[in-house]
Amino acid sequence: MKTKWGIGLVVLAVLFFSLCPELPAVPPPAVGGTLPGVELPGPKDGADRRYLGLSGAFKIPEIKAQAVIVEIFSMYCPYCQKEAPVVNQLFARIEGNPALKGKIKMLGIGMGNTPFEVGVFKKKYGVAFPLFPDPDFAIHKRMGEVRTPYFIVIRIQPDGSHRVIYSKLGALEGVDAFLAAIVRDAGIK
Amino acid sequence: MKKMGPIGAVCVLGAFLLLAAGAPVDAASEAFKDNIYNPGPLKSRDSVLKVKVGQRAPDFTLRAVAGGPVSLAQFRGKKNVVLSFVPAAWTPVCSDQWPGYNIVKDLFDEHDAVLLGITADNIPTLFSWTNQMGTLWFPVLSDFWPHGKTAARYGVLRSDGTTERALVVINKRGVIRYIDVHDINQRPSLEVLMGELEKLP
Repeated sequence: MKTKWGIGLVVLAVLFFSLCPELPAVPPPAVGGTLPGVELPGPKDGADRRYLGLSGAFKIPEIKAQAVIVEIFSMYCPYCQKEAPVVNQLFARIEGNPALKGKIKMLGIGMGNTPFEVGVFKKKYGVAFPLFPDPDFAIHKRMGEVRTPYFIVIRIQPDGSHRVIYSKLGALEGVDAFLAAIVRDAGIK
Repeated sequence: MKKMGPIGAVCVLGAFLLLAAGAPVDAASEAFKDNIYNPGPLKSRDSVLKVKVGQRAPDFTLRAVAGGPVSLAQFRGKKNVVLSFVPAAWTPVCSDQWPGYNIVKDLFDEHDAVLLGITADNIPTLFSWTNQMGTLWFPVLSDFWPHGKTAARYGVLRSDGTTERALVVINKRGVIRYIDVHDINQRPSLEVLMGELEKLP
């Protein structure tokens, strides 16, 4: 009987790895929790490096900011295309407000997108904040294989620790309301 | 009954895992919500190509979703043509591929190329599906009846009546310059296609 269960488990493992390679390995980051320890490559663009306050490969909570807004998107996603001007507006609101500029920073991760494809999206919509490719879905898998566009916001404490204060699928419901909630929940002064 | 226990458990768990898998990540756009049918991983290729690079591309006339017939011949001497066959409406990967092409009209224009999207679905299905992508700048053609005739002529009709995920680049003289019958489960990268258009005179 034990042998049969053993065989069953082997068959199950084969089924799992051969038929279901895309199974979500982890849930999306939850509010109150932390981000998975994904490492992003150092930004190639000098302006992006200065904006993020980083040089080489980094983890998102290492960004020099009090809060970071992460958008998981794809060049191939119609909703992300539609949302791009709204997200740009959000960035412009932050950069145009001396009380927020430098304290809240933004970046995008193009799931399944090559550097060329991320570049197409950046150019097409004039995205002024840093976008990173994720050609083999490696980061996307660690982020719970969320649908797109998906927004995650973290609050970074002075001691370098962080927690997730926003984690939600879909379009932002109003730039000002979203920003006000982030300022409130991140305790930005 | 007890003897069947492990096998039954494997079947039930296997089925559960398949259901839990949901749509592959490639179709993860919220635009389609839960409307994507996930057939699971498919045989990467299931047809035998009947055309080759250097050969005159077989002509065809197909009905466009936007109305009217579109023939390959109408572009001869005027435009380079990219044929994008995708397997079927409302399936993963395909549902993302054309929205990507939809934001790079300028790149096609730069190479004096038109894009023709083709599946073996009928017009009403293609209408509903492509409506989720926004307004497409390129014609979407239905190779539904006689079923998959054009796909079969090119050798990209699969045994289940769907088409391969294939790209065919045809120059202004009507000659095939590039063919990529891609792994059906994966999206071809945009830069490879653009690199091929770059090579055209």
